Amino acid sequence: MTASNLKQTAKPVKPKTNWARLDEAENFAKTVKLFRQGKYNEDSFRRFRLQHGAYGTRMTSDYAMVRIKLPAGEIYPNQFEKISQLSEQYSIGNAHFTTRESIQLHWVILEDVSEILSSLAEVGLTSREACGNTVRNVMCSPLSGVCSEEKFDATPYALATAKFFLRNPMTQALPRKFKFTFTCCEKHGMARIVDVGLIPQTREIDGEIQRGFKIFLGGGLGNKSFVGHQLEEFTPEDDILYTSIAVVRLFDRMGDRTNLARNRMRYLVNEMGWEKFQNLVLKERAVVRATQSVITRLKVDKTPSEVRRPIRISDESGESAPDGFARWVKSNTVQQKQSDYYSVFITLEAGDITSNQLTTLAEIIRDFSAEGKARTGFNQNVAIRFVHGDDLSKIYTRLLRMGLAKSGALTMTAPIGCSGTSSCNLALTNSHRLAKEVQRKFLELKLDEDDDLRDSSIKISGCPNSCGQHGIATIGFFGGGARVGKDMYPNYQMSLGGRSDGDAMLGEICLRVPAKRVIPVILKIVELFKEHKKSDDSLQSWIHRVVTGNENSQIKSLNDIKKILEPLTIPPTKEEDPDFYLDYGSDTSYHTKTGKGECAA
Amino acid sequence: MCCLSDSVKITTDVDSLRSEIRDKSVRVIDVRREADYKQDHITSAVNLPLATLLSDDSPERVLKLVNSMGIDDETRVVIYDDTFGALASRVAWTLEYLGHSDVSLLETTYGHWKSLGLENDSKIPDIQNKDHSMKLQSNILATSDYLESAKTRDDVILIDNRERLNFLEQHIPGAISLPYRTLASDGKILRPKEDMKRLLDNRGVTENSEIITYCGSVGTLSGLAYYALKSVGMPNAKLYVRSFKEWKNLQKPTEKQEDASYWDLSAE
Repeated sequence: MTASNLKQTAKPVKPKTNWARLDEAENFAKTVKLFRQGKYNEDSFRRFRLQHGAYGTRMTSDYAMVRIKLPAGEIYPNQFEKISQLSEQYSIGNAHFTTRESIQLHWVILEDVSEILSSLAEVGLTSREACGNTVRNVMCSPLSGVCSEEKFDATPYALATAKFFLRNPMTQALPRKFKFTFTCCEKHGMARIVDVGLIPQTREIDGEIQRGFKIFLGGGLGNKSFVGHQLEEFTPEDDILYTSIAVVRLFDRMGDRTNLARNRMRYLVNEMGWEKFQNLVLKERAVVRATQSVITRLKVDKTPSEVRRPIRISDESGESAPDGFARWVKSNTVQQKQSDYYSVFITLEAGDITSNQLTTLAEIIRDFSAEGKARTGFNQNVAIRFVHGDDLSKIYTRLLRMGLAKSGALTMTAPIGCSGTSSCNLALTNSHRLAKEVQRKFLELKLDEDDDLRDSSIKISGCPNSCGQHGIATIGFFGGGARVGKDMYPNYQMSLGGRSDGDAMLGEICLRVPAKRVIPVILKIVELFKEHKKSDDSLQSWIHRVVTGNENSQIKSLNDIKKILEPLTIPPTKEEDPDFYLDYGSDTSYHTKTGKGECAA
Repeated sequence: MCCLSDSVKITTDVDSLRSEIRDKSVRVIDVRREADYKQDHITSAVNLPLATLLSDDSPERVLKLVNSMGIDDETRVVIYDDTFGALASRVAWTLEYLGHSDVSLLETTYGHWKSLGLENDSKIPDIQNKDHSMKLQSNILATSDYLESAKTRDDVILIDNRERLNFLEQHIPGAISLPYRTLASDGKILRPKEDMKRLLDNRGVTENSEIITYCGSVGTLSGLAYYALKSVGMPNAKLYVRSFKEWKNLQKPTEKQEDASYWDLSAE
C-alpha cells in the first residue's frame, strides 16, 4: 500500500469536471449526529440521506450503501484508485458496478459515509442525487464517441445535462426519481425504457447538417414497466434542454405524490394517455422557451478529448498471445469507428470487483487507453476504450493476471443480477448469486463462443421491482417465494423476448421456475432453439418470432415452450432434494423476509 | 503509571529517525522475517521477527529478548515493519506492556523507506546485552475475563479491527467495526491526527471512554488500532491481545449480521 509509484510516464489525464462539493460531507456528518441524538426525525433524515446518495441496507439501520454517480459513465484512473481505497477502508473490500453506470460501496457504516463523501470530493466525484426523488445519474452509452453506427457523440450532451440538473433547485423534491439516458444508436439501445431517452440523429437543412435527437418519454422498468414514446420526429439540439426542463416541470406538477408505488412518470403518461401527455410537453416547452429570462442552453463542451496512445516502456513483443485470447477478443471487444482502435469490455460477475482489481484497472487504463479514462456500461460492467489493436494481447495478458480476463462480456453469458438478498431490503431471492452461478456454468459450457446466443441477454431481479432489468432480457427472471406444504423455496417468474433496441418490447411472462432449476431451464430453451431455428436465426430473433406469434415451426407460442419446460419445474419433496429448498449462497431454510424499500422514499 | 507519556511520540517521522540513527541514540527494531532482514534493513536495526516473539510472549521471555537487543529502561526504541505498521505495533505494545515507555513506530513501512532511497544495508550490528526492569503495565492489557465483565459497562467501547466482511459474519457482541485499513492514509501507517480525531469522533469513540481493541488472532491489526487511539490522546486504551481466536476457542458468545447474503457481493 505504501509502495512508491515512481513509474510516471505520460502526464495523467485529469477529470474535466468536479462534481463534488466538500461542504456536503461536513454537513452530512453533522446531520447524522443530530439524527442519532434524536433531533432529526426519521423521514426527513431518510430524505436527506438519499439526496446525498446513501441508501438503506437490508435489515439494519447501522449500515448504508453509497452510490457514486458517474455522469455519462466517465471515470478516470485516479478515481478508480480512490474508490479502491474507500472500498477497503469503509466497505467490504469490493465495489459494485450498477446497470446505471454508477459504482456502489455496500455495508458502509452510516457514520462513515461523510468520510467517503469528503474522500470522493478529493477526486471530483459525488454521490449527490444518486438516490432519492431527484434526477439520477445521467447515462450515456459506453460506446458513444466510438460507435460506428452513431450519428455523433452524445457524451458532451449527457455531461451538460448532468451538470445542469445536479443540485438544481428544480429537481430537489420531485414526486419520484427521474432518469435520463443518452445512447449512441438504435442498436445499442436503452433509450426507450427510461423517463427520458435520447438517440442522436442529424438532418440536412439547406445543405447544412443539423444535430438533434430522437427523444423517448415515459418508459421505464419497475413493478410495472412501460416502453417510452417518441416525442416528435426530430428535436434539434438547441431544444434538448427546453424539452428536458419542460418534462421535469410537468412531472413535478402533475406526478402522483400520494401513491408512492405508482408515481414514476411512466404511470402518469400511461394514465393520461400518450397523446395528451405529448401535447402537454410541447406546450410546456413553448412556455419554458418563452419565459426563461436568459437564454438557457446546455453548456456542451465539444472540444474533442485528446487521443494519444500511451508510450510503451518495455516492449513485450515476441510473446505469443496466451490461451483464450481469441475467444476473449471475440466476446469482449468492439472495433471502434476510429481505425485501429478497440473498446475492451471487462467481464465482471454481477458487477462485483475487488479493491485490488480496481487499482489494477487504473494502471491498465493509464498504460493502454489512448483517451486515458474508462466508461462504465449498461450491464454492470466497464469498458476501456481506445485500445490500439496491436496492444490487445498485452492488455489481455495484464487483465488475465488480475482475474479480469474472463470472456463473454458482450454475450448472453454475462447476466445481470441486482444486489438481491446480499444487501437490499426489498429482495426476496439471492438474484445476485444466481447471476454468478449462471455465468460460471455458461462460461464452463463455452456458450460465449456461440454466435447464435451472442445478442441475447439474461437479466435477473430479486423481486418484481426490476433493478435487474428482467423486463428487457431475452430471458428474464424476477424472484419470489413459493411453497410445498409449509416448506418454502426460492422461485423466479420467467419472461421471454424482452429487448431494449429499436424494436424495444417487454418480455412476456412464460412460467415460474424454481431458483435451483433456472440453469437447466435456460439450457433447455437453448436446446429447443437449436432444434427449431432457421439457418440465420439467433436465439433472440427466434424468441422474438415466438413471442410475437410469427413462428411457424412446431413451437408457435410461449405456451408451447411452457409445456415443454413445465416438467423441469416440478418441486421434489424435501427428502428427495433438500438443496432445492435453499437459496443460492444460503445453508439455512428459505423464507421471504423484507424491510422497507427506499426507492419510493 | 501509564505507558506512553505525552512526550513520547506514537510515530516518528523519517527524518527524525535518520538523525537519531546518526547520533546512535536509538535502538531500531525490524520485525520482518529473518530472511528479509538479512537481505537488507534500515541501517543499525536489529531483528525481532514477530513470529519469534509470538512463539512465547510471556514477560520473562520478552525480557530476555529485550535485554539481548541491548535495550534498557532508558533506551529509545523505534520499530518498523513492511506490513502497514500492524506487526510493528504488536511488538511495540509488548515492550510497553513490559514497562518500556520510550517506544515509537516508524511512520511508514520499510518498503516506502527503501523506495525513498534512504539508508539501508545488510550489516548485522554487534549488540551488548542490557538489563531491563520488568514493570508490567496491566492497564493496557485486556484478557477475555476482563473483556467479558468490562463490556457490560456503558463507558466501554469495544472495537473490532478485522475487515468488514469478517465482522458481519461473526464478532464479539457489542463491538463496533473499524477495519484496520481505515487507520492509514497515503504513505503513512496512521492518518494525520485531525483526520483520525474526526473519524473516531463520528463513530462516538471519545476520550471519556475506555476503549478495547481486538482483531482476528494475535493482536496485530488491533495493535495498530491501539496506537491509532493513542495518537489522538485517548487516555484509556487496551488491547485484547489474544483477540477473536481465543474468544471463539473459549466458546464465548458471538453475534452476526442476520438475514443477508453479504458474502455474495464479493468478487473472487
